[in-house]
Amino acid sequence: MHRTGELFGQYRTLEQQKETASLGMWVFLVTEILFFGGVFLAYTINRHAFPTAFGIGGNMLDLNLGFANTIVLIASSFTMAMSVWSAQTSHKKLVPIFLILTLVLGSVFLGIKVVEYKQKFDHHLIPGHSFDISYCSKNPTACGLSGKALEDEKKEIEEGIQAEKGNPKDPDEGGLVALNAHAQLYFSLYFGMTGLHALHMIIGAGLLFWLILEARKGRFDANYNTPVDNIGLYWHFVDIVWIFLFPLLYLINRHLA
Amino acid sequence: MADHSEHIVSPKVYAAILAALLVGTVLTVEAAKINLGRWNIILALTIATIKMSLVILFFMHGKYSSRRTQLVIVAGFFWLAIMLGLTLQDYSTRHAEPSRSQINDPATTVFLRS
Amino acid sequence: MSSAPITPSGGEKLPREHYLNATYGIRSWLLTTDHKRIALLYLISVTFFFFIGGIFASLIRIHLLTPGGYLVTPETYNKLFTMHGVAMIFFFLIPSIPAVLGNFLIPIMIGAKDLAFPKINLLSWYIYLVGGGFVLYSFATGGLDTGWTFYTPLSSIYSNSAVTPAVIGIFINGFSSILTGLNFIVTVHTMRAPGMTWMRLPLFVWAHYATSIIFILGTPVIAITLLLAGLERMFHLGFFNPAYGGDPILFQHMFWFYSHPAVYIMILPAMGVISEIIPTFARKPIFGYDFIAASSIGIAVIGFIVWAHHMFLTGQSTYSAVAFSFLTFLVAIPSAVKVFNWTSTLYKGSISFDTPMLYGLGFIGLFTIGGLTGLFLACLGLDIHLHDTYFVVAHFHYIMVGGAIMGYLGGIHFWWPKITGRLYPESLARIAAIVLFVGFNLTFFPQFILGFLGMPRRYHDYPPEYQVLNVMSTAGASILALGYLLPMVYLTWSMRYGKVAGKNPWPATGLEWTTDSPPLTENFHETPVVDWEVYDFEHRPELGLLGAVSKKPAPAHGDD
Repeated sequence: MHRTGELFGQYRTLEQQKETASLGMWVFLVTEILFFGGVFLAYTINRHAFPTAFGIGGNMLDLNLGFANTIVLIASSFTMAMSVWSAQTSHKKLVPIFLILTLVLGSVFLGIKVVEYKQKFDHHLIPGHSFDISYCSKNPTACGLSGKALEDEKKEIEEGIQAEKGNPKDPDEGGLVALNAHAQLYFSLYFGMTGLHALHMIIGAGLLFWLILEARKGRFDANYNTPVDNIGLYWHFVDIVWIFLFPLLYLINRHLA
Repeated sequence: MADHSEHIVSPKVYAAILAALLVGTVLTVEAAKINLGRWNIILALTIATIKMSLVILFFMHGKYSSRRTQLVIVAGFFWLAIMLGLTLQDYSTRHAEPSRSQINDPATTVFLRS
Repeated sequence: MSSAPITPSGGEKLPREHYLNATYGIRSWLLTTDHKRIALLYLISVTFFFFIGGIFASLIRIHLLTPGGYLVTPETYNKLFTMHGVAMIFFFLIPSIPAVLGNFLIPIMIGAKDLAFPKINLLSWYIYLVGGGFVLYSFATGGLDTGWTFYTPLSSIYSNSAVTPAVIGIFINGFSSILTGLNFIVTVHTMRAPGMTWMRLPLFVWAHYATSIIFILGTPVIAITLLLAGLERMFHLGFFNPAYGGDPILFQHMFWFYSHPAVYIMILPAMGVISEIIPTFARKPIFGYDFIAASSIGIAVIGFIVWAHHMFLTGQSTYSAVAFSFLTFLVAIPSAVKVFNWTSTLYKGSISFDTPMLYGLGFIGLFTIGGLTGLFLACLGLDIHLHDTYFVVAHFHYIMVGGAIMGYLGGIHFWWPKITGRLYPESLARIAAIVLFVGFNLTFFPQFILGFLGMPRRYHDYPPEYQVLNVMSTAGASILALGYLLPMVYLTWSMRYGKVAGKNPWPATGLEWTTDSPPLTENFHETPVVDWEVYDFEHRPELGLLGAVSKKPAPAHGDD
């Protein structure tokens, strides 16, 4: 096995082996660009069709948690890059340390996501029978809303309902029914996109865990650091997806909030 | 084909990129709180694109990668652009011109987008 | 201009050690990482799905013998054509040549011991099986009635058939394609033997490289599309459901973004096979190598910007429709380039009508008809009349069967001696090829006429005046079935009783013909160094052809 950096089977040189692994990871990331790209397309078309509902949905997300998550993920990209540097410069002991930091930061991200998802559940924002975009404005104490925030949200919902009335594309002219249908579209995309992203993070966490075990055996140095490199590429890609998800989902109409 | 294994990026560069990314994040959040009309989304996506480019060029060593790797990266985004662009082109040109029967019927003109 | 086949060159006995007898036991096959064994595993699986798809096709054609539709109910008929399409497209046509012939040959053709990622290659096969398992489960528990195109909201909301497992199965199968494409691209870039420059690559390899580009860039989109449709069905979401403000047109855009390039996945490898067969049996270098290589890439790229020609009747604006129509005309050009180059290769060649050549010539004719009728459909005014009629069905079957399947069978026959070390019975094989050709045309040519006359596709019933053509089509189908069954029988027979082939029975010029038949597990005794140009019959006296001179071309300079 080439986990020791030795020449393996079908390759003729170490250089060829490394090149091959690297090109393989890049080509795989291109498939991921198109994979996420599809759901970004769905998002674009739907947001263009229902800007009001999307704006309202976006404002229901916790900006502080989203901001925190973005910072955490960016920091984890930094620590990941540092672990690659450590391997390239043969600072063997540093490699697992930076990897562990990366994993910790990634776990914080996922933890915050769990908190956010739970919040959505409590606020009746999971698409399905009990979905109700106006739940929080009608039950402010259950959502912890008060004062200006409550006033702003009530105003938003009211304006949204008005905007949806008489829309010829609506299934019915109830206003709130249409708003709920379109807001559900937003939240379906929210859960779909962040869920897919979180799944990729979980896989990344698994890869990092394996990498840490290997790094602790002192396997990675200037001669051989291909797995650190390639898993790093994957991790950075997942970070990039979030760099786009954050503004598209969280920052739609913040000037109204 | 020489790959990025020959060029080691220093931690100083990584730290600088980290700082830039954090600044960009704060910037995009603050900019979102100002009402700029349709420029909000353009500004947000521009900042996101810059952040992405920094990650690709420096964290992922894109700047120091072989021509082949760079071509692969560009190709991925080019294809994404094809998918988004041509689909949006169809959506944005629908209802662009009403059919003859619609022009003649006053009741339908109310639904035609300008 | 001899038309007699060349007699096999030497070899009374099979080589003592080769990839088939290197190790024994079921584990050595199910856990193999040898690309050649994996190719055979795929051969068995795709043939199985071909049978499944074929059974559905037979039921369709029998049902359509009479107007009034007495064999099955309308709902069942919908399931028949859907399952025929799903089985054939996703589990036979898309994997067939790449996963069987591509897997077997690409490493040998470029002088490597194996693909870049042999374990991922095996994983691809298992993923294919899992995906296939889900789809078979769907077939067995209520079937599918949405059409292979899964248009929403029928597939995501209203259909009462087993859509969810099918969608999961196709989603999973997509990863098999993606990994195969990834493997091929990386292999061609990094695993070539010294002296094997890009412009010495066999056109079969170029074709698969282009196909792999499509695998990589297109398949993820069908994956996400079906995932969203599946989620919509499972959780009553509204991406594509108008009742919730969703958009069925969005589904069509996303679906066809992959599914149109998918048809190029199905034909490009076959074109690669033909590009190997024609020069071999015309004993001439291929005409216009550079153009054929470039046209493969051209088809892959332009193929990605024409998808909305499947959506001309969905309310597109004239601007959009004209743009896509024009681009569709454009994509025909590289295909035409290939046809002209193959034909020019034949000109003044020393042609022999061995079985692979029969399939090759059949391909050129039938693909041309299929391709030209695609231009009919690209024409906006005509498409309004022909869309969703049997004209479309005939068009794509001319390409998929007359083109892709004939390419596949031609390739199987051409490389059969390399894969098994034995020759198939030539006379019987030629008869089978002709039977297949006749049966195919009788099945599908009447369908062009039916389409023009207005018979819609996916209808279980039709007016009595269409019956004659339908009966002709079904009669043709039974002959076509015979044409498929014959090779299955004699190829299996030949594995045990066929004449030993030797290294290069045809003879042909590729690197694969310098290895043993069957090859060693590592393919070559030592890494080859390539210092001859591709398809160069003239300077290869060792092939034993008349008129060859031993003037050697200059060695390669530079690589990649």
